[in-house]
Amino acid sequence: MTSTTPRTVQVYRIYIQATPEAVWTAITDPEWSQRYGYRSPAHFELRPGGRYRGLASPEMTAAGAPEVAVEGEIVEVDPPRRLVQTWHPVWGREAAAEPATRLTYEIDESSPGVTRLTVVHDVTDAPSVAGMVAGEVPNAGGGWSEVLSDLKTLLETGKPLAG
Amino acid sequence: MQTPLTCDQMVTYLNVVPDDDLVFKALADPTRRFLLDLLFARDGRTLTELESELEMTRFGVMKHLRVLEEAGLVVSRRSGREKLHFLNPVPIRQIHDRWIDKYTAHHALTLIDLKSELEDK
Repeated sequence: MTSTTPRTVQVYRIYIQATPEAVWTAITDPEWSQRYGYRSPAHFELRPGGRYRGLASPEMTAAGAPEVAVEGEIVEVDPPRRLVQTWHPVWGREAAAEPATRLTYEIDESSPGVTRLTVVHDVTDAPSVAGMVAGEVPNAGGGWSEVLSDLKTLLETGKPLAG
Repeated sequence: MQTPLTCDQMVTYLNVVPDDDLVFKALADPTRRFLLDLLFARDGRTLTELESELEMTRFGVMKHLRVLEEAGLVVSRRSGREKLHFLNPVPIRQIHDRWIDKYTAHHALTLIDLKSELEDK
């Protein structure tokens, strides 16, 4: 057995009645990303080395967030199947002081008309970000579970979850 | 979701979309809830690690993990030669959105009505 440094990884999976292309677009197009989850429009330069910028939602701005709340770099792009990026919140002192985390989206058709979306978030050495994306921080949103649940509802019904 | 009956159900079963029934059935067992609690405390464990926490055969633990995987509550991933098990909290969130929110909202409204009624007196 080889021994490696233990990684802290969170895995989230959801099944959505939509095409892989529709799921890919909902993740990478800011017109879509501002309609679910944290309502934060995410801008991707879809090439390795390209920039990722998660812009503050009006709610975050009201709470004092800078224009770009989350920064990152694109690592791997294989539409509509796989997207790897770094993800580093610059808003919130503790989270900003932690190293960048690594985020992988895996998208595949699990049965005709149904797409399986798996989010793997490597939050090694970033406990504050880990708590945030797991939805464990009070009044800081529901993390990935809420984002993905909302994304599914939006793609399947045309409307996001209320609230 | 309805899926046509085929002869290769063992192969295709994990591709069936998990529904609420599978989630509730998976949760209706103390061993499986204990396995979820173990993964909640520390995620990404091997079968051997999980087995060491239970007084049960390896095969028994595997069967429970399979039920949890079919319900979407556990996602397993390969890491080198190891198969790691992760808790997927999304189905529980969906049940929360579908069931809990609905009734707590009703509950809250009832209390608000009661409060207004009492305060009007």
